[in-house]
Amino acid sequence: MIEILLNFGLPILIMLIAFFVGSRIEKRHFEDIQNREEALHGFPAVSFEKLPADWKVGSVDLVSGSVVISLDYFKRIIAGLRGLIGGRIKTYEPLLERARREALLRMTESAKSQGFDAVVNVRLETSRLANSARNGKGTAGIEILAFGTALSLS
Amino acid sequence: MSVGSSQSVILSNTESIPGRQIVEFYGVVTGNTVRAKHVGRDIMAGLKNIVGGELKGYTELLQDSRKEATDRMIEQAHSMGANAVVNVRFATSSISQGAAELFAYGTAVRIA
Repeated sequence: MIEILLNFGLPILIMLIAFFVGSRIEKRHFEDIQNREEALHGFPAVSFEKLPADWKVGSVDLVSGSVVISLDYFKRIIAGLRGLIGGRIKTYEPLLERARREALLRMTESAKSQGFDAVVNVRLETSRLANSARNGKGTAGIEILAFGTALSLS
Repeated sequence: MSVGSSQSVILSNTESIPGRQIVEFYGVVTGNTVRAKHVGRDIMAGLKNIVGGELKGYTELLQDSRKEATDRMIEQAHSMGANAVVNVRFATSSISQGAAELFAYGTAVRIA
């Protein structure tokens, strides 16, 4: 009886905790991102390089923002199951979305706090960090890096 | 986080420095660093992996490493006599279990 409880009860308990805590973290993170994006409204961060002709550029520097994020245990199992039959893995989509938005926010916030007026040529990069579990095949996290050229206008 | 040194070498990921003229090209400069994960941070990340969310220890680790790679690139550009590096790119690759290479490269130039 105890053996059954240990074999099945513990993973299920971890899954439940992961599900509730993970969902809460995700919801809070999205709210936080929304608020910060609103605060940065009007600060240009663009992915093109060519500047409008009337911009007089003062100083220039590279700025970046990065975030390493991971999926909770419950969603990872769901994603694993989904992988068997194929199709959209919905649990991964919000993970990547919030990581990208967070990285962009960090980049823009750092440009703003250093006194720059705009960020141009913004690029996003994604890389997977392997962990040592399952012969390095398990994913410990996903890193998103956002970088661009910050400009101050005179 | 600022990756630029903001001292003698200007960094930009655009093809030229906006508002400045490039007078001389020195070629490609690179900087890299290979880092293994920190044991203490890895334990924390392992726990955080259960509930998901940001792995702050890893974020900091990668930021520090990227800064170091960038600094090495700047040093190389500086020793060539360049005062700016344009078109900077970053790359990350997993070398082996728990080790990653962070790589920064760009074109060293002299701007007027």
